[in-house]
Amino acid sequence: MYEFTYHRPGSVSEAAKLAGEHADGKILAGGQTLLPTMKQRLAGPSDLIDLSRLDDLRGIEVKGGVVTIKALTRHVTVATSADVKAAIPALAELAGMIGDPAVRNKGTIGGSVANNDPAADYPSACLALGATITTNKRAIKADDFFKGLFETALEEGEIITSISFPVPEKANYQKFRNPASRYALVGVFVAKTGGHVRVAVTGAGSRGVFRVKDFEAALDANFAPAALDGKSVAASGLNSDIHADAEYRAHLITVMAKRAVAAAA
Amino acid sequence: MTAVSMTVNGQHVSAEIDPRTLLVQFLREHLRLTGTHVGCDTSQCGCCVVHVNGDAIKSCTTLAATCDGADVVTIEGLAKGDVLHPMQAAFRENHGLQCGFCTPGMIMTAVELVRRKGTDLDEHTIREELEGNLCRCTGYHNIVKAIGAGAQAMGAAAE
Repeated sequence: MYEFTYHRPGSVSEAAKLAGEHADGKILAGGQTLLPTMKQRLAGPSDLIDLSRLDDLRGIEVKGGVVTIKALTRHVTVATSADVKAAIPALAELAGMIGDPAVRNKGTIGGSVANNDPAADYPSACLALGATITTNKRAIKADDFFKGLFETALEEGEIITSISFPVPEKANYQKFRNPASRYALVGVFVAKTGGHVRVAVTGAGSRGVFRVKDFEAALDANFAPAALDGKSVAASGLNSDIHADAEYRAHLITVMAKRAVAAAA
Repeated sequence: MTAVSMTVNGQHVSAEIDPRTLLVQFLREHLRLTGTHVGCDTSQCGCCVVHVNGDAIKSCTTLAATCDGADVVTIEGLAKGDVLHPMQAAFRENHGLQCGFCTPGMIMTAVELVRRKGTDLDEHTIREELEGNLCRCTGYHNIVKAIGAGAQAMGAAAE
C-alpha cells in the first residue's frame, strides 16, 4: 500500500468537506474493493476518509412503496432484512449473492454503487428498478448515475447518503458467477414497475452496467421467457477475458434474462 | 501515525500505528497473536477470519484503524483456559484438518455461522457458507462434518 493520511470524520458534512479538500483522496466505506485495490497499488489515494463512525448512514426504511437503504448498510443487513425480503425479494437475494459471508459482513451498498465496478451486482438493481441515488448534495436517477467503467456522476466532495428503490410488481436477478472471484461474469436484473419492464446487465459490458431496450420492449408486450426467443445483445462492446469471451457473454445475457423472467413471472 | 485502541480477546490494547496497518498485521505483528493466518492476502481464502463486534470478517481486508473501539476475537480467544471451544473440539474429534493452515479461519467462520443460522446445520448450508474459506489440502469432507458436529455441541453447551 502507498502511504496515505487517515481521517475519521464524525459527520457527513465533515466527510464531504475533507473529500472536497483532498482531491486525490478516497472515501472508505466497507473497503472490500478499495482496500484490495490499494494493496495491489492499483490505487494510491493521498487521503483516506473513513466513514465508519457515521452511524446515521445505516438503516433501511420501507415507506409509500419505496425501499430506502442508507449508504453504509452492509450486504448482510440487506440480504437478511425482513422488510426488503417482503418488498423486493430480488434485492435481498442479490445482496446475499455478493462475495462471501465475510465480505457481506463488511461491504456496503453505497460503496458498491459509488465504485461502479463493471462486475458489481448492485448497479444492475439500481438501473433495472429505476432507483434514485441520494447524495449530500442532490438526488440522481440511476439512468444518469452510471457513466462508464468505475465512473459515476458523483462530483468531488459528493457522498452517497442513501439509495431508494421503488417497489416493483415483479423482479428477479440471475447471476452467472466467476467461480473464483464470485463476481458476475454476467448478471441480469429484470424488473416490471408501473407496467414497464427494465432489463439491466452487469459483468458483461466493457463500459459497465447497461440496459437492453430491445429486451424491454419485447417483455413489455409479453412478460414471458419466450418473448426473448431469437433476441440477443451484440457481442461487440462486451468484455472478453480468460474467463469468457464476448460471444459467450452475449449468449449468457439472453439465457440469464430468460431465467430471470421465468423466476419473476 | 494513528492512535487505535480496541479489545482483543477480552484485553484492552492501544497503540500508535501506521494507518496502512491491516488488522491481521496488527494482530500478528504488534500483538504476536499468530493464530490468525494470511493465506492469500486477497480476501479469497478466509484463513484470516476473525470476529469484529461479533461479525466474521477478513482481517487482511480491514484496516486496524477502522477497528478503533471494536471488540475483536481471534482463534486464541475461543478456548476457556485448557478447555477447547466446542467447535475446536469438534475439529479435533472429526479430524477436520490436514495441514491445519486454514483451520483458524474455518473455525471462526463456523462459530459465527452457528450464531447466524443456529445449531442444526445441514451439509448443503455448511458448504454454501464456506464459500469464502479455502482448504488447500481439499479436506472439506471432514471440515463439513466437524462444523455440523461442532454446531450441535455448541447447542448442547448452551442448554
